[in-house]
Amino acid sequence: MTTETSNTTVEVTLNVNGVAHTREVEPRRLLSDFLRHDLRLTGTHVGCEHGVCGTCTVLVDGDPMRSCLMFAVSAQDARITTVEGLGTQDDMGPVQQAFVECHGLQCGFCTPGFVTTITAFIEENPDPTSEEAREAISGNLCRCTGYQNICKAVLRAAEIKREGANGGDGA
Amino acid sequence: MSTRQFGQPVQRKEDPRLVTGNGRYLDDLGQDAYEVAFVRSPHAHARITDIDVDEAVEIDGVVAVFTHEDLDGPAADRLPLLIPHPSIEAGRTGYPLAKDEINHVGEAIVMVVARDRYLAEDAAQRIVVTYELLPPVVGIAKSRDGELLVHDDAPGNVAAHLLQEVGNVEPAMAAAPHTLTLDLEIERSACMPMEGKGVLAHWDSDEQRMRIHSSTQTTTGVRAAVAAKLALPLAQVECIAPDVGGGFGVKIMHPWPEEVLIPWASRRLNHDVKWTEDRREHFTSSAHERGQLQTVTVGFDDDGRLLALDVKFWHDNGAYLPYGVIVPIITATQLLGPYKPQNYRVEFWSMYTNTVLVTPYRGAGRPQGCYAMERTMDAIAAELGLDRTEVRSRNFIQPEEMPYDQGLLFQDGRPLKYDSGDFPASLAKLKALVGWDDFPAYKKEAEAQGRKVGLGIGCYVEGTGVGPYEGGHVHVETSGRVNVATGLTTQGQGHQTILAQIVADELGVSIDDVHVTTGDTRRMPYAVGTFASRGAVMSGNAVALAARAVRAKALRIAADALEVSEDDLQIEDGTISVKGAPHASIALSTVAVMSNPLRYAFDESAKAATQFAGTYDPDKPPIADDDEPGLEGKDFYSPTQATFANGMHAAIVETDPVTAEIKILRYCVVHDCGTVVNPMIVEGQVHGGVAQGVGGALYERMAYDESGQLLNASFMDFLIPYASEVPHIETDHLETPSPLNPLGIKGAGEAGTIPVTATIASAISDAEGFAIRSMPISPDELWDLRRQRALAATSSSTPEEPA
Repeated sequence: MTTETSNTTVEVTLNVNGVAHTREVEPRRLLSDFLRHDLRLTGTHVGCEHGVCGTCTVLVDGDPMRSCLMFAVSAQDARITTVEGLGTQDDMGPVQQAFVECHGLQCGFCTPGFVTTITAFIEENPDPTSEEAREAISGNLCRCTGYQNICKAVLRAAEIKREGANGGDGA
Repeated sequence: MSTRQFGQPVQRKEDPRLVTGNGRYLDDLGQDAYEVAFVRSPHAHARITDIDVDEAVEIDGVVAVFTHEDLDGPAADRLPLLIPHPSIEAGRTGYPLAKDEINHVGEAIVMVVARDRYLAEDAAQRIVVTYELLPPVVGIAKSRDGELLVHDDAPGNVAAHLLQEVGNVEPAMAAAPHTLTLDLEIERSACMPMEGKGVLAHWDSDEQRMRIHSSTQTTTGVRAAVAAKLALPLAQVECIAPDVGGGFGVKIMHPWPEEVLIPWASRRLNHDVKWTEDRREHFTSSAHERGQLQTVTVGFDDDGRLLALDVKFWHDNGAYLPYGVIVPIITATQLLGPYKPQNYRVEFWSMYTNTVLVTPYRGAGRPQGCYAMERTMDAIAAELGLDRTEVRSRNFIQPEEMPYDQGLLFQDGRPLKYDSGDFPASLAKLKALVGWDDFPAYKKEAEAQGRKVGLGIGCYVEGTGVGPYEGGHVHVETSGRVNVATGLTTQGQGHQTILAQIVADELGVSIDDVHVTTGDTRRMPYAVGTFASRGAVMSGNAVALAARAVRAKALRIAADALEVSEDDLQIEDGTISVKGAPHASIALSTVAVMSNPLRYAFDESAKAATQFAGTYDPDKPPIADDDEPGLEGKDFYSPTQATFANGMHAAIVETDPVTAEIKILRYCVVHDCGTVVNPMIVEGQVHGGVAQGVGGALYERMAYDESGQLLNASFMDFLIPYASEVPHIETDHLETPSPLNPLGIKGAGEAGTIPVTATIASAISDAEGFAIRSMPISPDELWDLRRQRALAATSSSTPEEPA
């Protein structure tokens, strides 16, 4: 006899980076796995699978959330933004651009979690101090950089964003 | 005029891809592969008496369940002992899947292959393994007792024993006016890259070829090991490292059991198979490092000059010894740092315990060696009432003594001979940076406010860029695109950028035209790997040499075409021109066309190289006897010995008088890695190294209980520093170029980590007024030390010496 470990799937529709995706998933499917393996948006990484490292952070209705601690089904009605939704190689968002300028990454594995976290932070605090910048990233682990250049990138990202806002294109 | 790239803080070529989610790490690949979960031992020491997989195989979506019995050929044998050494008395390695005995919690026993990881985990949970428990050996002290054995055939739990002596320690020690003995302890930590290990195997049954992607620091090593374990010709195996989410040493070990098992299963099942390590697996089945007990006896004169140094240490190598004794050899040799001890004897025992195995972690034995030496220097200063930098100064090797041979054999089997460095200059820079001479006044002021502050120092020398070799391949396409390949792998060090900087300069092309591939055995099958801060030294010089070969060929072809002497030509921005007559020029891309005589034209540029397109000397073959078609070159850099980078750190800490909380107020680094290719990247390496060092000094440890359970195998309990724990790092650089290689480079990768434990211990000792002899140290341990000393002070009237 075949043992069924999970005999139910449910249909979910998730709005990710402005696009609605409908899939059949098991209720236990994590949002991180759904994004990475069902939608193949592999920019969101998984570093600890228990919500400590922040690598898998995505924006859920604009707020940073750990996608390894959420089920895909619980994100049904939310607006989800992943690192892929924050810019492209030819048109990087302010945080992405700041990371490049400030050498805010080395291996790059934790970076998407920082980029999403900082995007939400500077939305809330467009002109942070150094101390505020450090505190803002103190929930994410990075094993490569020692954080100093990430702190720098937070300040630079805020600056780029302010410049963009003052630039007149209204973006 | 092209801008010289070498030495510039060039932004990284890899970054736009990585910051936008376009990296390709191991688990991003093979989306349709079968996935694997393992049943791993919950016991530290046991015999397997039965494995029942019946319930697992019935789960829908489970493809296969394998135990050791299923493995065939060399895959069923023990894993290799990678680096043999004469000191190894009992070299034991494990099996890819445990055969009958378990030697640490986390050892793999059953491999489950399923349609996805969820199902594989479901199945793994239903597998019942029955064990006969054996008493575990946990901790160096218990291992050293030798009462209980990890391996029945490794008496006294000794894996290896090595003694090296320079000079004659015994009489020098006996004659020394002062002697001190220090018992020191340092605990385990681990690399903990944010991405764990991972393997994807693709068996192509049509072509009978195996393609492995592994999150490894050595693809050539994995390739050769898998070919041997699967009994495949090397020519039928290839290995590629995709983007790798950090390594720090743990991924230089190979083959990991999974690197054998995943390709083996892929061939067996004729399907892509993937395994992505989860965090708990990384804690209990990868590797740790650092754990040592040390006894240092030192003899010195009234000025604090070393007369004799006698070191014994016991190194915890865990359950198996696949990476040999590289880590304790490095501790034994690099312990000497910038000093000349006159007479030095070092003896170590590498000990088995029923814990996760030990392989290099950033610094690889050096942090322990530096800790032993620098604790000793502080102890001498305290004993004689001298300034700690003064004692160090008096024992420094002087710049005019370079090259300086310490008389020992290093980890590469070659002499421990320092090539360069100016230690007095480094110390002067450090003292200026941290304000060493102003500190007593600051300390006094702080004390008046009821605060406890301390200043610490740590000096080190680091053998970097060990051989045997790395290679470079440079190829100029007819479009002008320059492809560069080197075989060592990348885990965030920015190799795509620094190697492109070097080649752009050597070749006279724009860095935008240079594209670097690392760690792909299809592009460069000869390579060693990324470890020992060797990437820039080895591959930097290799690609420079290869680019020089290409440049020479380009100039030869251009000189012929322009009918001038090669000496009169220059290359700038991809154009070869006659010096002083820039209108007489030819593009490098055109030279690439000319370098490859063609029969068939596939585009406009190729047309120019076809057989009816030009006029050629009919008496000469299209390709000369000693030439090859194409504008490409390959070369290898193989040094006679390692280069020796060095540095010095200073920290100011504050310890809370009530809670014993430890806070780093300032952290200063002076670093000499020879010629710097990209200062921005070197700075980043130093920052990251210091952060790992801070973790190892104050937060991280592997908490094993006496039964061999790792109690803190999660990021919730194993405390990697967040930004809130890492201080702002102030840096200054000294460049003493290495005379050993064409570019003058010394390695920078591990430097930041090496002296941090020593520096923090020094600073806390200074703040507290008593010597710290066990690291890492937590607030509760410091609180307890204070309490013990207070108790001792009330029960005895003899004051203890601060050191």
